[in-house]
Amino acid sequence: MRTGSSLPPRAGVGFKPAHFHDILNEPKPVGFLEVHAENYMGAGGPPHAQLAALREHYPLSLHGVGLSIGSMQPLDRDHLARLKAVCDRYQPASFSEHLAWSSHDGVYFNDLLPLPYTPQTLVRVAEHIDQVQTALGREMLLENPSRYLHMAESILPEVEFLAELSRRTGCGLLLDVNNIFVSSTNLGADPQHYVDAFPLARVKEIHLGGHHVDADGAGAPLLIDAHGAPVVPAVWALYARVIAHTGPIATLIEWDNDVPEWPILRAEADAADRILADTARASAA
Amino acid sequence: MVAVFESALSEALLDPERPLPSSLRAAQPESADRRFAVHRNNMVAGLVEVLRERFPVVQKIVGEEFFAATARAFVLRCPPRSPVLAGYGDELASFLAGFAPIRELPYLADVARLEAARTRAYHAADVAPLDVAAFAALAPAEVHAARLKLHPSVEIIRSPHPVVSIWAMNSGELTLAPIGDWRGQDALVARPRLEVEIRALPPGGAAFLLALAGGMPLGQAAERALREHADFDLTGNLAGVIRAGLACGIAGNAATEAAP
Repeated sequence: MRTGSSLPPRAGVGFKPAHFHDILNEPKPVGFLEVHAENYMGAGGPPHAQLAALREHYPLSLHGVGLSIGSMQPLDRDHLARLKAVCDRYQPASFSEHLAWSSHDGVYFNDLLPLPYTPQTLVRVAEHIDQVQTALGREMLLENPSRYLHMAESILPEVEFLAELSRRTGCGLLLDVNNIFVSSTNLGADPQHYVDAFPLARVKEIHLGGHHVDADGAGAPLLIDAHGAPVVPAVWALYARVIAHTGPIATLIEWDNDVPEWPILRAEADAADRILADTARASAA
Repeated sequence: MVAVFESALSEALLDPERPLPSSLRAAQPESADRRFAVHRNNMVAGLVEVLRERFPVVQKIVGEEFFAATARAFVLRCPPRSPVLAGYGDELASFLAGFAPIRELPYLADVARLEAARTRAYHAADVAPLDVAAFAALAPAEVHAARLKLHPSVEIIRSPHPVVSIWAMNSGELTLAPIGDWRGQDALVARPRLEVEIRALPPGGAAFLLALAGGMPLGQAAERALREHADFDLTGNLAGVIRAGLACGIAGNAATEAAP
């Protein structure tokens, strides 16, 4: 039996230890919390004490950044076992990972690296997703990446690649709306087309976050998925377009660098909650 | 399947001098390097930040800029072998010991060893330390043969430098002041509850604790410590072990041997 993803259709935030007391002292300010799985793979200590306390009050989304699902090399079985241990310990409502690779020949690169989209890589990634879902006994969600460059070997559009992976493995999808905006800008594509082509019925969670605006040195903007700023208006608009199609879906505000004071992060979550509530009302009317 | 693109990207990430893998394309070809730099930066700057958080005192001693340059060299020489980054930097101390630009700071590697141990203690398993009553229950005749199980967070760092004083002065635990009496110190790192504690051990204390950690009974461990330091004080050291919560089991004593 495979457990499905079951996050509430509300706004949540990525948990930062600096906000621990703020979150516990307010009655239910957000619908769920998300943490990076790799930060809770130590044996014990304050990180586990905090997460255990939060878990009593909040549904948890466990988000992996190091499984390297998009690698053509075999998955790291030790890492999969560590993930299973974190899932067993905290019973998260959802587990998600990225369509990317981060390890090669035993070296971990601390980044989400791109893979070409071909029928061959599709088979390999689908095998990895099957392996993860079997090991964890649950459905996983796969997230669309931020892209900075084209890959010459790619022959399938990313949206098609993700849709086919979801169809073959039964995995859900995590739609990162900021990543759509970042990738589309960087690769010269239309983010609305991406959203309109996306298999939205398979989306079980949405990520929103800020990006850094840089220049590519050749006259074009270079957007960097830095998670260190508020969500920009264009991404909010794209998000509203998604939600209008899907109805309310669990929506995470990611803010991992230059972490702000709690009220600022909370205001971002409140803004997402308002869009979710408006959509719920509109569909009920 | 041969993952040519993966090997090519890996090599380019680990060697900044290498040209960009040919499969990566940008609409304006001259912007490809700048775009790939995002990945290089995520890797190197991201890992430098991980090291900065784990080794704040090393950074305080050498300064931010020098630390960043040193950490960058370390990242490219010893990239992580695991996605669990809590353990990343365990080898920084040995890297520093052989790093020519810091030859004039011979104590820096030991400060790094101490800070690495501090993070390991932070993430160590949670086990309740034994209380005084558990020791009081030992019959006097049993004391010498008793084997203590040390708390999983306990580490001993022996240094020919005053490593604990240097650490404490640069971490804000003590006021920064010249160290007149430059002598070696043995550091004890432990986290019996939620806070990591670091302190200098009394004479013979390190030999005693290392013997206990090696499974030696109390009596033998005390003899070992006495051989190293004639003024080793068993009563004081044992009281220190109990007070600091460094023991979490007594082998041969059923009441306290239960697995955590």
